[in-house]
Amino acid sequence: MNAIRHSFQMGVKRGFLESRQTLTNGEDLFNTFLFPVIFVVVMFFMRDSKLPGTEFSLGAATVPSVLGASIVFSGMLGMAGILAVEREDGTLLRAKATPNGMIGYLVGKVITISVGTVIGMLLVLIPCLFLFDGIAPGGWTSWLGLLWVLALGLLATMPIGAIFGSLTTNARSIGLIMLPTLGIGAISGIFYPITALPEWLQGLGQVFPMYWLGLGMRSALLPDSTVMVEIGQSWRPWETLGVLTAWAVIGLTLAPVVLRRMARRESGSSVAARREKAMQRIG
Amino acid sequence: MRDPHDVMISVKDLRMRYGTNDVLHGVDFTAHRGEVICLLGPNGAGKTTTIEILEGFRMRSEGEVSVLGTDPAHADENWRARLGVVLQAWRDHAKWRVRELLEHLGGYYAPYSTDRIERPWDPDELVAAVGLTEHADKKVRMLSGGQRRRLDVAIGIVGRPELLFLDEPTAGLDPEARREFHELVHRLTDDDSTTILLTTHDLDEAEKLADRILILNHGRIVADGSADALSRQIAGEAEVRWTLDGQRFVHSTTESTKYVHELFKQHGDAVADLEVRRASLEDTYMTLVRQAESPLVEVSAP
Repeated sequence: MNAIRHSFQMGVKRGFLESRQTLTNGEDLFNTFLFPVIFVVVMFFMRDSKLPGTEFSLGAATVPSVLGASIVFSGMLGMAGILAVEREDGTLLRAKATPNGMIGYLVGKVITISVGTVIGMLLVLIPCLFLFDGIAPGGWTSWLGLLWVLALGLLATMPIGAIFGSLTTNARSIGLIMLPTLGIGAISGIFYPITALPEWLQGLGQVFPMYWLGLGMRSALLPDSTVMVEIGQSWRPWETLGVLTAWAVIGLTLAPVVLRRMARRESGSSVAARREKAMQRIG
Repeated sequence: MRDPHDVMISVKDLRMRYGTNDVLHGVDFTAHRGEVICLLGPNGAGKTTTIEILEGFRMRSEGEVSVLGTDPAHADENWRARLGVVLQAWRDHAKWRVRELLEHLGGYYAPYSTDRIERPWDPDELVAAVGLTEHADKKVRMLSGGQRRRLDVAIGIVGRPELLFLDEPTAGLDPEARREFHELVHRLTDDDSTTILLTTHDLDEAEKLADRILILNHGRIVADGSADALSRQIAGEAEVRWTLDGQRFVHSTTESTKYVHELFKQHGDAVADLEVRRASLEDTYMTLVRQAESPLVEVSAP
């Protein structure tokens, strides 16, 4: 039996077990539903506004943008948060003490987070398909477009999240990456076209994956007439592919190095020290 | 002579330095198959550092270390599969169910099954072995402190390790849970030839569990032997108690036999309720630790 392949299989099992645990647990279910419900309500109130220069509903136009942004929130912040928390509570040390446990652990996380991302997206998408007209006009081509943006988006965001999660010293410092991410959200053309921003902010927004994930989702799910409000009046699929691939390559190159360094430092006493610190904060 | 293949741990001149602070100054010891060794010492003596180096979780500064014939600093997952580490859990895997978690973690050991040792342990048998059968389907976060620690042990042994490490396994347990834990360790060592290395600062625990006690103080092994041998090694004072005409007397002496002989010579049959207590492990321990702290103190008091 090949031990590495076996640990991949264990990881897949772990991923689905943990996904099931998340979906059968009140607190996690609340967290899963919270943001999708907020977004759907926000977009519902935006339904009568029009995308500037078109007759298309701003609410409907925001749906794909929110789906794109949710990949960043759930892929990057989700991965960073879970690594920080599970390093603190000793889950990672357990994985380290198990033969090939780290491989299983990481494969499991990739699956849990991917499943969580898809569920979060469906919770936004399904009600919005009933609330709005004009989403996914291309039928199957639209859904295929959504799938490639989703796949590339997860590849671009999860490794970056793993890097942040490995670099933080405690679970609370995740807030430090949460705020900049929300800031990037504001300049990524999620709730309003990016062309409304000054050019230097447009430039900054286009550095990060969030803008491109939003753009990719809009290109997949919106009618071509809405391309009017985009930069250069184009969906820029090649640029989308290029920027997201670049982030994926950076993440996938650095993440193993950072993860290995982080794992090497895990020991009973490092977990105990963090526990003591956390206890002091509580007490 | 023991079979050299039975050497499970061999440590020679192990040194550990954090910055300019030396934590271990040349630790030497060996552990053989089936032994239960207890690393005893005050807080900060270097117990955890030593055990983490042996577990392969920490790089040493100097010295030779061999665990199951391999240097832990360069060991692979094959080696890892033969070890068990009992971690002090906090709140990891809180949403998992007891049996589910044991089955999952055990799964990683399946490729490492050999003709001699079948890995992993069957989850139902393991749950029963640690006395958690009625909690098998409970979520981990619903377990009490003692139950949780038993789960930690179960996780530590799920791969049927040849060598098991426990770092302060009963810290924070109430007396009843502590006793249950001791019984569990006894069962483990009775059933299998598992070698166990545990750290503690609880003397009573060391005396109950260990075949051999190593006392670590200020980064050095200051004593090595069974609880009994250690007490003997320090030809410490014995306490002689007796009553004479209904009155109680206590006297401490290093030469108890001679003292008792004198006592009878002087008072004859009038001596009653005679008790001679050799130095306990606690006395030995305190003497050794004090000795190491201030080497000038006279050990054999008047």
